[in-house]
Amino acid sequence: MRSAPLVPRDAAPSDAVVTLRGASFGYGDGTVLSDVDLSIRKGEIVAIVGPNGSGKSTLMKGVLGLNEKVAGTVTLFGIDSTEFHDRARLGYVPQRHTLSASVRATAEEIVATGRLPRIGWLGRLRATDRQIVARSLDVVGLADRAATEVSTLSGGQQRRVLIARALAGQPEVLIMDEPTAGVDAANQHVLADVLDRLVERDVTMVIVTHELGALERLLTRIVVIDGGRIRFDGTPRAYATARDSVHHDHDSHHHDLELEGHHPSLSHGPLDVDRTDRSRP
Amino acid sequence: MIDLLSVDFMQRALIAALLVGTVAPMVGIFLVQRRLSLIGDGMGHVALAGVAIGLVSGAAPVLTALLAAVIAAVVIELLRARGRTNGDVALAVIFYGGIAGGVVIISKSPSGTPANLMKYLFGSILTTQRTDLYVFAGLALLISVTTWALRPRLFAVANDEEYARAVGLPVLPLNIVLAVLTATTVVVAMRVVGLLLISALMIVPNAASQLVARSFSGGVRWAIAFGLVSSVGGVALSYPLDTPSGGTIVLLAVALFVVTAVVTSVLARVGRRRHDVAETHAHEHGAECGHPAVTHGDHVDYVHDGHLHAAHEGHYDEHGVHHDHPAPPGPETAGAGPAGTTSGTTSGTTSGPTTGSRS
Repeated sequence: MRSAPLVPRDAAPSDAVVTLRGASFGYGDGTVLSDVDLSIRKGEIVAIVGPNGSGKSTLMKGVLGLNEKVAGTVTLFGIDSTEFHDRARLGYVPQRHTLSASVRATAEEIVATGRLPRIGWLGRLRATDRQIVARSLDVVGLADRAATEVSTLSGGQQRRVLIARALAGQPEVLIMDEPTAGVDAANQHVLADVLDRLVERDVTMVIVTHELGALERLLTRIVVIDGGRIRFDGTPRAYATARDSVHHDHDSHHHDLELEGHHPSLSHGPLDVDRTDRSRP
Repeated sequence: MIDLLSVDFMQRALIAALLVGTVAPMVGIFLVQRRLSLIGDGMGHVALAGVAIGLVSGAAPVLTALLAAVIAAVVIELLRARGRTNGDVALAVIFYGGIAGGVVIISKSPSGTPANLMKYLFGSILTTQRTDLYVFAGLALLISVTTWALRPRLFAVANDEEYARAVGLPVLPLNIVLAVLTATTVVVAMRVVGLLLISALMIVPNAASQLVARSFSGGVRWAIAFGLVSSVGGVALSYPLDTPSGGTIVLLAVALFVVTAVVTSVLARVGRRRHDVAETHAHEHGAECGHPAVTHGDHVDYVHDGHLHAAHEGHYDEHGVHHDHPAPPGPETAGAGPAGTTSGTTSGTTSGPTTGSRS
């Protein structure tokens, strides 16, 4: 049915997508995250987990080149980040509130902006580009909403528009910021199904979140960040066993919420104990 | 009867109105999108200083105004990009410095009468010179070609600047280009609209177009239509009414906005009463919901227990009964009714309707 994979499989010789060595990031004068060693390889589905203010967003934005690197090295696809210019290889899915409603735009128009890094300076989208845009919308289950004005879509649908926008750039890794925040339970499942489809296509994913929720079953690895440092890095299974010891190592109240009550089902993910009361009806 | 087109200055003013009515909304939509609706106003202030320098030094006021506005545009964008320092206050200093300098310098020039100042501030159909027209036409062409060529990128940056930066789009250069386009539009509009009212012609037609448009490209087209009607209409009216053209143009644009707002809200109310909302169901129709998709005019309906459901904002509209999938006999089944009650599965698009797969 599909002529080409949406995301190229063998684009980089090395299989390390993102490598951080002693990296510290911050905004202006303050260092938010210090001395991080982390390597994410092709095909991994990694959740970067931590409470609000833990430094996980700083880490993500540091990798994306959106905030200052204070120390250490960041290597992207084997290239030092200061030399790395083909930024479209990183597919960024920001939080939904960036889907601005100041002027009207259709889902297709938004997704088409994700194609821009792949076409010439003055160029317009050609037939193949339009096809990729249409396919991206199809992958996230919004093919029939292409011409719909985005502000009329539900929160979960808007989130999927942003995923489709990232896919349209044919990235080699998807970096998602809080994909489930503010999305109700039914739509979290739709979202998880969409990500399932991407997993089947061997898309590497980095999911920054403070709640695992419906996405937990997809993961191959969990990295816990708190207080500006990595506290845990391992498989979901190891996370399940380590959870109690990590829990006892720290006295921060965040950990009580974050690391207890592990259940595979949606409403009892380890991190959404503090979220269930806020989820929308 | 006044034959507007036989009057020389009216011909020039109408041509200038055509040019400005087209380009001002084209640039303005990106300012609306970036929530910078008032920035054109500030550039008009700075352009007045340029006009004043031209009048005193004997250079063409249009060119000195262009120079002043473009320099201000670049400085403003660089200040905005640095962000941390008190950028907002810095803009105020530039804008008010510009208009104050303009007023003071003009008073020292030989043609510095209050009437002359009024023409620059509020527009006049009498002031467009033949040489101005050539400059305006060239600038308008430059603005429309640049805006058209860069439209996808300007849209991307204005829509989500952080994302644009993350994927490596040249955000600062694009923002500077937009600022320079704004400054250039200010200068094209300065004769017929006036430096204090230019911003209105960039923003008000877009405000009206956002009420009717359903997409960004539709928004641009509607805004140009509203802009042309206001600018040409305003110039044409200002002659028999003997009013400043800028004020007339802007009042016409505001009137169009008000009329559009009233008409769209009345239509929306009528439409709301008329359209049937389908029963709520927890799942979302899509490729994998199990309900056959049927093309229905410009959209896709899903056959749900024999009824056509069409997505509309946060709910589904009832679009009648589908003949290949007739409704099950007996009382209406609710959204979560049993799947076995449906009778027709004849179209063969996918399996017959199944309900309640998710809730």
